[in-house]
This record gives sequence, C-alpha cells and structure tokens, in this order.
Amino acid sequence: MAEGVDKAREEFFSEAQELVESLSRNLLALDAAVRAKTEDPGLVNEAFRAVHTLKGLAGLFGAKRVGTLSHRLEDVLDSLRLGRLPLTESVLDLLFRAVELYGDALSVERARSDDPLPAIDALIDEFAHLGSEGPSGTSPLAKFELDQAMLAVLTEYEEHRLKTCVQQGLLLYRVRVDFALATIDRALEDIKARAKTHGEVITYLPTGASTGIDTIELDLLLASASSLAELEASLASNGAIIEPIRLRRVEATSARSAPSLGPSAPPTPSPPAPLPAHSLSERAPDAVEPNAAAHRAIAQTVRVDIRKLDALMNVVGELAIVKNALARMSERIRAEGGRQLGSELHSIQRSFERRLGEMQNGILEVRMVPLGQVFDRLARVVRQIGREMGKDIRLVITGAETEIDKLIVEELSDPLMHVVRNAIDHGIEVAEERLRVGKPLAGTIALNAFQKGNHVVIEVEDDGHGIDETALVDRAVVLGMVDPEEVAQLARSEIFNLVFLPGLSTKKEASDYSGRGVGMDVVKTNISKLGGVIDLHSEAEIGTKLTITLPVTLAIVSALLVRIVGRVFAMPLTSVAEAITLDEKQVRMLDGREVMTLRGVTLPICRLGRIFGLAPLPGVVPPKRQYVVVATLGSRRLGFAVDDLQGQQDIVIKPLGKSLSGVRGFSGATELGDQRVALVLDPAALIEEMLRGSETARERRLGYG
Amino acid sequence: MRAFVRSALESGSDLGEVDVVEASGGFDALRLLPRGPYDLVITDINMPDINGLELIQFIRTNEHHRSTPILLISTQSSERDRKRALSLGADGYVAKPFTPEDLRSRVKAQLEKGRTSARGNG
Repeated sequence: MAEGVDKAREEFFSEAQELVESLSRNLLALDAAVRAKTEDPGLVNEAFRAVHTLKGLAGLFGAKRVGTLSHRLEDVLDSLRLGRLPLTESVLDLLFRAVELYGDALSVERARSDDPLPAIDALIDEFAHLGSEGPSGTSPLAKFELDQAMLAVLTEYEEHRLKTCVQQGLLLYRVRVDFALATIDRALEDIKARAKTHGEVITYLPTGASTGIDTIELDLLLASASSLAELEASLASNGAIIEPIRLRRVEATSARSAPSLGPSAPPTPSPPAPLPAHSLSERAPDAVEPNAAAHRAIAQTVRVDIRKLDALMNVVGELAIVKNALARMSERIRAEGGRQLGSELHSIQRSFERRLGEMQNGILEVRMVPLGQVFDRLARVVRQIGREMGKDIRLVITGAETEIDKLIVEELSDPLMHVVRNAIDHGIEVAEERLRVGKPLAGTIALNAFQKGNHVVIEVEDDGHGIDETALVDRAVVLGMVDPEEVAQLARSEIFNLVFLPGLSTKKEASDYSGRGVGMDVVKTNISKLGGVIDLHSEAEIGTKLTITLPVTLAIVSALLVRIVGRVFAMPLTSVAEAITLDEKQVRMLDGREVMTLRGVTLPICRLGRIFGLAPLPGVVPPKRQYVVVATLGSRRLGFAVDDLQGQQDIVIKPLGKSLSGVRGFSGATELGDQRVALVLDPAALIEEMLRGSETARERRLGYG
Repeated sequence: MRAFVRSALESGSDLGEVDVVEASGGFDALRLLPRGPYDLVITDINMPDINGLELIQFIRTNEHHRSTPILLISTQSSERDRKRALSLGADGYVAKPFTPEDLRSRVKAQLEKGRTSARGNG
C-alpha cells in the first residue's frame, strides 16, 4: 500500500518535472517570438495547458506550494492568451522566475518539508501588480456573417483568437468534414495539420448531423490568408467541403442585391481585406507527416524508473559473465577431446552472445536521452543571467539531439550551468567594451554537442575577451599553486588548466554568479566522476572554448584486459586508441618523463607497475616483450606500458566501496566470470595524474602529500 | 484532471460502484457517446479539440442523449464560459479547485435528480 503511494508520488514528481520543462521550452520559444516581434498564440496556450495540468496534479498529490504557484501562474497565462495582458519582456521575466520556483517548490515537496517558500508569495505579489487591459470595444466580428449558434459555443479564448485573426485581416472559412468514427483520430490529425499550414483553426464544432451512424460531421472554423481555391486544393482530398464565411455587405458599397443567406449561393471570394502584415509561414503539405508521427509517438511512450533499467543492465552484466564462463567451458571441452560437443556448445554460445549483445544495446538505447533536455535548462539560465547582468546574449545550440545516458545528463546540468555562468560573467564583455573592440553588441554563447566514437563531446564557446594568461599565472603564483621558477616552462594548455585548480579566481570581486573561486575545480571533479575530461582553450580578445568529452554510457563498457606484473586489470575500450609493441630502444627521457615517438608525435609513457608500486608476484617471469596501450581522452594521449594483452570483454563496473573510494586511478572493480576480480583502470584520472607529473612533485614539496 | 476525477469517483463508497468511461478530449467523447446511454457526463470547458460548450450543445441536440445530465468542471476565472455552459444546458458545475468529496456530492445530487426524472441504465 505504502509502496503504491510512493510510486504514485514518484510519478507525480517526474510528470511535474516534465511539465515544468515543457513550460520552460514554451517560454523560451515565446521569448524568441517576442524578440522577433512575431506572435504565436499556440505557444501561450500550450504553456497555459501545461500549468493547468500541473495545477491539477498538485491538487491530487497535496503539493500545496506547487498548487498555489500554478494557480496564479494559470491566471496570468489565461490573461495572456485572452489578450487581456500584453506579453512583454518583463512579463516573461516573471514567468521564467516561476519556472525556477517550480524547481524549488518541487524539491521542498519531495523532501516532505513544511518550509514555507516566501519567494512564491513574492512572485504572486508581482503577478498581482501586472497591468490588465480591458477587452476592446466594438467587436471586429461584426463584419462577418457568422452563425450566432456557432458564436454561442465559442469559449472566451476561442472568441479572443477569432477576433485577433479577424483584426489581422484573415479570412474565415467553414470547413465541413464527415469523419468515420473508426478512423477519426488519424483523419483529424491529418486535416488539422493541413489546415494549420493555411492559418489557425479556431474551433471544431460537431454539427449534430451525420451521414451515417458510424460518422460524425464536424465544422472547422478556419482563419486563413489563403484563397478558397488554395484551401480546396490542399484540403479537398480529405473530403472537406469549404465555404468562406462572407463579409457582411455594407449598404453603401453593395452593388448587388442578392440576399447573402442561403447555402446554394455561390461562394463569394470577397477580395481580402488588408492582408496580414506578417505572412503566415509557408509550409509544404508534406510537413504534415512528422506532425502526425510525433503525435502518435507521444501516445506510445511509457515512463520508466531508471533504476529498473539499472537492474536490467545488471542482469545483462551477470549474463555476460555466464557467457564468458560458457565460452571457457566450450574451449575446455574442445581441448579435452570432445570436439563434436565442444563445437556444438561453441555455436550455442555464439548465438547466446549475439542475442545478449542485442539486448544490451536495446537497454542502452532506452537509457539514452537527448542532450536538449539540459540545453533547455541552460537556455533559461543564459536568458536570466544575461538580463540581470545587462548583457545581451545570443545562445546558439547545435546537436541538441545528441544522445547520452540519462544518468550522465542528470549530472551534467550543474557543471554546465556553472560553465555557462562563467562564460557570461567573465567571458562576455559589457556592451561598451564590445562596441569599442568592434564586436557585435550581443555576445554569443555556442553550445555544441556531437558524438565522436564512443564519446559525446560538448563544447561551450563564448566570443568574449578570453582568459588573461598573465593574470592567471600571477594569481596562481601568489596563491602558491605554481612555482615562480617553473612558470616559463608551462605549456599554454597547462596554463589554461590552472583554471581548474581549487580556490583560483582572477576576478577580484565575486559576483552573484561566479568568481568565488569555487566552481571550476568542482566542475572538473564532477566531469571526472562521469569518466569525462575537460579542456579549455582561450584566445585573447576572441573568446574561450571549453570542451567536455564524456563516455556515452556508464552502465556497461567494453574493456581491454591487460596484465601488469602478474595481475589482470581492465581498461575501458572507450579510451583506448590502439595497442602497439613496446620497443625499449625508442623510450627516451624528456623533462624527467619517459616518452616515445609514435608516428612523429611524442607520447608520454606510464609504467603502471611502477605507479601502483606492484612487486612482481613470485614465480612470474618478466616478459620478453611488452606492449603500449595508447589511451586518448580529449586532446590528451598517454601510453600505458603493460606486460600482456588478454583480450576484450564486456564488463559491468562495480564501485569499490567506501574505504577505497578515495583511491585515484581506478573507476571500480569487475568480475571476469572465472571467479576472478579485476580492478578497472580509470584512464581519465591516470592521464590527469601523469600529465601533471611535475605539478604533483611540486605539491609534494609544498606538503600537500 | 481526468485521473483526478476518476479517482475521486472511484474512491469512497457513497456513490456505490461507479463505471467510469474516460474520454481523452471532445472528439473522443463524441466517439464514446453512442456507446451509452450514460447516467452523467462530466466535462471541462477547455479541451484540446472540441470545447466543452460545443460538447454540451451536441449532447443537448442529440435525440439519444439530450436528457443525460451534464456536470461542468470550470475554473473560477472563466465566469463567461460557465454562464454560457449553463445556458446551453449544463445541469451544474464544480469550480476548481475542488476536493474529491465536493465532486462526489455534486455527482450524487445529479444522479439522484436524473433517476427521478428519467430512468437511465448502465
């Protein structure tokens, strides 16, 4: 019983979250529309609906704060959609604040806390102060011969839309369609989508008359700039009968005396009154398809708790272990002479392996969500901070459809938020400064995402003034993070990486948003926890680009098993570029590090046995030939010298447990299927550690251990 | 809202066993209507397709359903729409926000009224 309630509550939270996100997307689109000085009444209406649904849900689950907020927000959106309140930037500000408050309100409700949220009352207060415009005087509808019975059943909103359309000079049409009950959904979606390319469907009115018992006749009231002929060309295939709603004749201009009533009267395509100033977007009729498909897709989705997928993934992981055991058994049987039996077992095991692979991919796919989810949230932050800091920011997003593991997406939000804040606060100059250096007034922040092999790359780029390298180094020296004598030896990329040291900020005064010196190191830690790396590059006066490289998923990984001084380790294949034979003659020392040259590029070498301080196991003969596994992460490369390569295997990484969680260089442990356990190397952490070897030495001198 | 209405109707024992048929919107309601008769229709005003006023008018002009009681769910703010709904033939309304108990008592009243005037089955 209690479990059922909890489950329902959980569903409430995830549904509420989705509604808030969809509200946020609507507001962002509205914001864009307002800036572009266009109008999209559908967006206001959708926002209204989302809040409306949210209010209902909140009532159902006793989420009072969410309910109160929704209730007031609904009123505001209602006024907006009815045209009682003009949509301005400041109204949008309030709406965006409401979106942020939903986040707070939901987490308070989730914690079942009774803490009041004064911010909600404050916002509601501000809502109350929004001006309200009275309804306009004479009805613009008077000039159309509209059926009073039809007008009587329009809701206030529909009537408002109808008036607005008429004021914009659109013509009105009655589109009569007879729908078969069995296929009404699809047929309707189809005709709705087609009609929408011509204008706005004000309402759908059942006529009450039908040709048969299995059909329903509907009148669509359509406001459109298209001519009757155009509409007929596009809608006739749906069996629609289209009649223009005629303009009322004004006596003085009426030359003809024919009565205007009567269905048999030939449709008079009255010369359109002033054409709409902004023409409706011309969409090809085939734009109908994706719409209909999207509609169906929504109805066929289920919401699944990610923990269920984790549990499934674990089972797949266990099965992978069983599969490995099977493979070994078939090998053994074959080796022991059971040829026939061995190869039969082998072929069963192969087909098991294939199906298991499919299943694993299937589950992985289900876990994938588009990065757009995070980007939407960032878009809100950009807008808000930009406005509050008085900086005009243009956000350009590409690759929002790039997919990544749901768990990673959730952890990405905070670090990215921080990075974007930094970019606006530290990166983008104030307007006067931008004018002075001849940059466009609006600063640009680009969010780019794309998949690169088994990784997803996210770039955050700004066109601000870049990072002041000298100031950065000076600050690091003052804080004792860098030895003044070694400053000259720092490579440029190493200088930029100073940004990620804890406690470092070049901004003299902390603003509300960034510059407190906590942040970039936390960002880096969070990204590392996800198995990712972060690179920063900056050019003075041109801008800064931060590149985050992340694995596509954390759930299951293909790993290369390597042997080092008699022990087996697993190295995730996502970061392995290649494996080559180690030629000791090629290894030379450079700045106190072992390096070799691979295809003309210097490659630092790391001997893991030495790093981990592994003593050779008794009876293990040092191998004659060693290998170098080349790992790459972002722009960094490192060669790991290992004794042997033992093949590839899919592994499920299990955490090391609390007592070992502080150990760097390992992301966990895994079972290999033959009762053996192997540690999983964390190439990101190891590369990190190795490539700042000189720094660690320094830290030791400074007593950081 | 639909889920709320359904759970409100199905919880509590004062209404007895209620058979709730749920329509996803105005069109869906039109499609489900011929499967009636129903003892009561509960409708919102703002729906994604056909609006509640149109639905009420449709029901009131349909020979099979014209005497089916209609209960309107409306918001405080949409007074104009509520008045229109009542003038088009809705039998009563519940203003949002309401509790499950509010809804059940309104439904009960409508059902009892319906039973005394015309016998419905279902």
